[in-house]
Amino acid sequence: MARALINVPAKAKRGEIIAIKTLISHVMETGFRYSNTGQIIPRNIITFFECTYNGEKIFSAELHAAMAANPFITFHTVATESGKLEFTWTGDNGFSASETATITVE
Amino acid sequence: MISRFLLLLGGALAGVASLASAAEIPAAERRSAYELMSRETKAMQDDDTANPGTLWVLDGEALWGTKAGTADKACADCHGDARQSMKGVAARYPAFDSARRRPIDLEQRINICRTERQKASAFASESKELLALTAYVALQSRGMPISIAADRMVEFLDVGRSLFHRRQGQLNLSCSQCHDDNWGKTLAGNAIPQGHPTGYPLYRLEWQALGSLQRRLRNCMIGMRAEPYAYGAPEYVALELYLMWRARGLVVETPAVRP
Repeated sequence: MARALINVPAKAKRGEIIAIKTLISHVMETGFRYSNTGQIIPRNIITFFECTYNGEKIFSAELHAAMAANPFITFHTVATESGKLEFTWTGDNGFSASETATITVE
Repeated sequence: MISRFLLLLGGALAGVASLASAAEIPAAERRSAYELMSRETKAMQDDDTANPGTLWVLDGEALWGTKAGTADKACADCHGDARQSMKGVAARYPAFDSARRRPIDLEQRINICRTERQKASAFASESKELLALTAYVALQSRGMPISIAADRMVEFLDVGRSLFHRRQGQLNLSCSQCHDDNWGKTLAGNAIPQGHPTGYPLYRLEWQALGSLQRRLRNCMIGMRAEPYAYGAPEYVALELYLMWRARGLVVETPAVRP
């Protein structure tokens, strides 16, 4: 089970621009490296990240080889209403992880 | 003839002077490598939700409460809440182990608990589990000054000190030549730190993972083209002991981030 860390402000004013920070544990093996025995190490990366805000997609990203291990993705959005932010990461070998965070907009 | 003698004498005196310059860094000048880092890397270490070391800490917290071995005990069954029982522990390791009559580092202490108390198999060196548990234990000392009680370990401290000052490898360098004599300058564009182990196990961007002080020492030795010791070797523990003693007074930063 992958560990993920989410940093979303618990409270925000309506219309305020908020920063969202996400960090997830993943090896991000590029698929270009060889093991000690000369075998190629198969690619194992996160390929897609998505964030929804009360069900509406507000941010998504495609990830590729040569991105660092434990990807840290940060982005901004406008705090429109109280509710739930859902984060999902999907990748090779059926990798899937999700996290949620709640925000109160005043 | 006399002038040549004086020249030789002068050379000998200069030799003595250069040895004297390899003296220990005074307490007022001791600095963590944190201060040499970029603003971005500092920000990464300072924010727990941006610090990838936190991922290991969380794994360590889970392991702390997980029963293991034939004794079917978790760390928490003996030690309770790590936030109280492990406070300050990492700041005084490596510590003297009376039964073994030698200093042991935090990783070895955890593995002794695993084999003797939990009756489980020891974690492999640099395994995710061992690093996670060590990071979780060391986190409880974050912000506390490093304080090594060296009185029972003087001979081991001397071994560590002599290893630190011994020239080795094909480049014929000692640790001291960089970290005592030339800290603050650059080596191939990288700042040379004083070499204080304040934040181990730490997340090194180059490794893209958490690693122990022994892994870092291994790196330095390969850099000097010396043959590294095996993980857990007594030489490493003596060096760790000397380095922690040398860093006394600096605060623990675990889990630190370094470039």
